[in-house]
Amino acid sequence: GVLRGFDQATNIILDESHERVYSTKEGVQQLVLGLYIIRGDNISIVGEIDEELDEKLDLSKLRAHPLKPVIH
Amino acid sequence: MVLLSSHASATFVFGFGFRFEINLMFVLLGFVQLFFSYFKDLVGREVTVELKNDLAIRGTLHSVDQYLNIKLENTRVVDQDKYPHMLSVRNCFIRGSVVRYVQLPPEGVDVELLHDATRREARGG
Repeated sequence: GVLRGFDQATNIILDESHERVYSTKEGVQQLVLGLYIIRGDNISIVGEIDEELDEKLDLSKLRAHPLKPVIH
Repeated sequence: MVLLSSHASATFVFGFGFRFEINLMFVLLGFVQLFFSYFKDLVGREVTVELKNDLAIRGTLHSVDQYLNIKLENTRVVDQDKYPHMLSVRNCFIRGSVVRYVQLPPEGVDVELLHDATRREARGG
């Protein structure tokens, strides 16, 4: 999504967001979520998407295990 | 690095709970300022950040802050076939709390300097 705001605790506001669900059995599922406020505790990485690269991806062909949970 | 090896063996012996104590120990002993300064000097270097969920990201260290949050540029995930999740990401912000290791090239580390600095810090210097 589009990063609209953030604070020192890394809480963020994400607009037009969608969740990409990865699976080993089928292609990547995209779930549209809309406007989200995400609490910083849950955030690992905020990555800047290169639109050019993202367009080249064929999500239906991607197979992968979902990322592992963070263990402190 | 000395810290790395003791951490690895401690985890094997004591298991899960000890790892959390290590993080707490850093904070209580006031090591965070030291490492903040250390990372500031490393800006511009190629590093590999290994996260607590086993994901490893390689990139150029762009900046670091008081929480040891890291900004990397020119990022590539280490095992891209296993972790295609970040294929379209070239620059990222990594929250300090999820970092397990920051891997540096050995030539980039002055072990003696670090050893002295941490010893001084631990003594309360």
